[in-house]
Amino acid sequence: MTSTTTTTGTAPDSRTAAPAPLPSLAVLAVERTRIELVQFFRIRDAVIFIFAYPIVMLAIFATVFGQDGTRVGPDPGIPFAQYFLPGMVATGVLLSSFQNLAMGIATSRDEGGLKRLRATPMPPTAYFLGKIGSVLVTSLVQTALLLASAALLFGVDLPSDAGRWVTFGWVFLLGTATGAICGVAFSSVPSNGKAASAVVTPIVLVLQFISGVFFQYDQLPSWMQTTAALFPLKWLAQGMRSVFLPDWARDIEPSGSWQHGATAAVLGAYLVVGLVVAVKTFQWRRRDDG
Amino acid sequence: MSTPAVQVRDLRKHYGPKKAVDGLDLTVEHGEIFAVLGPNGAGKTTTVEILEGYRHRDGGEVSVLGVDPRSADRAWRSRVGVVLQSASDHSELTVREMVTTFGRYYPSPRDTDEVIAAVGLTDKARTRTGQLSGGQRRRLDVALGIVGKPEMLFLDEPTTGFDPEARRAFWDLIESLRDGGTTILLTTHYMDEAERLADRCAVVRDGRVVALDHPARLGNRARQQAHVRWTVDGLLHEEKTTTPSALVAELSTRFGGEVPGLEVQRPTLEDVYLELVGEAGR
Repeated sequence: MTSTTTTTGTAPDSRTAAPAPLPSLAVLAVERTRIELVQFFRIRDAVIFIFAYPIVMLAIFATVFGQDGTRVGPDPGIPFAQYFLPGMVATGVLLSSFQNLAMGIATSRDEGGLKRLRATPMPPTAYFLGKIGSVLVTSLVQTALLLASAALLFGVDLPSDAGRWVTFGWVFLLGTATGAICGVAFSSVPSNGKAASAVVTPIVLVLQFISGVFFQYDQLPSWMQTTAALFPLKWLAQGMRSVFLPDWARDIEPSGSWQHGATAAVLGAYLVVGLVVAVKTFQWRRRDDG
Repeated sequence: MSTPAVQVRDLRKHYGPKKAVDGLDLTVEHGEIFAVLGPNGAGKTTTVEILEGYRHRDGGEVSVLGVDPRSADRAWRSRVGVVLQSASDHSELTVREMVTTFGRYYPSPRDTDEVIAAVGLTDKARTRTGQLSGGQRRRLDVALGIVGKPEMLFLDEPTTGFDPEARRAFWDLIESLRDGGTTILLTTHYMDEAERLADRCAVVRDGRVVALDHPARLGNRARQQAHVRWTVDGLLHEEKTTTPSALVAELSTRFGGEVPGLEVQRPTLEDVYLELVGEAGR
């Protein structure tokens, strides 16, 4: 990202033959995406956990809160499985973007992998595009599995009008990109790869609790809502509620509206600030490496 | 020939008050194997990492393949191969996948299978890299360093953790790369490695080059006194001399033929090295 040298350049070259052109950024970004995905899907237990987590959580919360046919909100109410679905979609996006990259990059830096990549002619931009590309694919698979489970196992009616899927599209893309970039930026926080999980997991967990993923958002204390509003997950979850909940459900939102503008603004701001921080602070070498 | 492959003049780098590199000079010619010897903390790795473009220097002039590594671009990186001290990433990929994907970063890479064969990992091509032994892992590191067909290869302590057989195979590989025209700069702790491989070696101490020569001539080694040892009635006799041949001839006459337990020893590279790094330390 710091360098945008996608041209072949004219190196001061003592060889007589004209040097072969360097592979293009697009080719390298696709190759990095491919290799990231190969690695991701090789760690079977992690794949199962990452994909199953939101589904299992949805099952637990829908079952616990939805006992005796209880519903959310005034009559006719919303079934709990449907109410929690948007939060689980949001949390899944957060896990596969932010948590995955923050921990994965910290570990790779620790293992010397980043340092080695830096010595190759692969531009940093291709590395980051590969991360984002692979996160987009895994997030899509994860979300598709979650939506299918919600519809088939818990009888949630998925929206049928195009407008809602357009909303889903931009919230999903913006949320994934923001989560990925913030994950890249945050990967410099843990002092080493082993600390990464201990540093990242609690943050993700706390955000899930205060952002209306595990509880009904409007029933959280207002200070908690205010705090959550400072972080992207709340906005991601709210954006997803606007997709999967009936129109009247906006009346039980604390603000009385879906606040699409604010959602785009907050996620966009995190994206831009995260990008600047990531570019400024990104380290290819371990912190103890001089 | 134009400029040397590597030219370093008065290189300086400090970390806080500590001077890691303190006025280091060296020149590596195209097509040679150049070894950098020195104790831990002498500034070897710092110097090499400045040449590789990882670190910025505080002073001095550096050129690698005619380019200042400070302004390293992709074209330059495609001509320089780097084998670091340790890396254990991408453990889920197989050897073959790893070499293939790295090759794709370069304009004209070597054939994947040829590279794997060159480092002796053909049997392990389908093994995940996380399951390789330390020595196999190191050979993979080398494979990744050479897959881009570099003109200049940096090797930082390449054979640490190798068994003797693997080291010999590795030395053959490095020599064949040199014979193919690759310029090689390696750091090592092993004197036998420097002796076997290096066309020239530099001994670094306290961030400076304290000796530079062919390993056989380093520190005036060839002209130093030899130790001649023999035994009489189980007792070891030893004499230091600058004319060992004359002494052996005399002994031979004295014993009427074979001299019991005869040994003639010039100072080893290690002796010379220890003397050099000891001297400079005082």
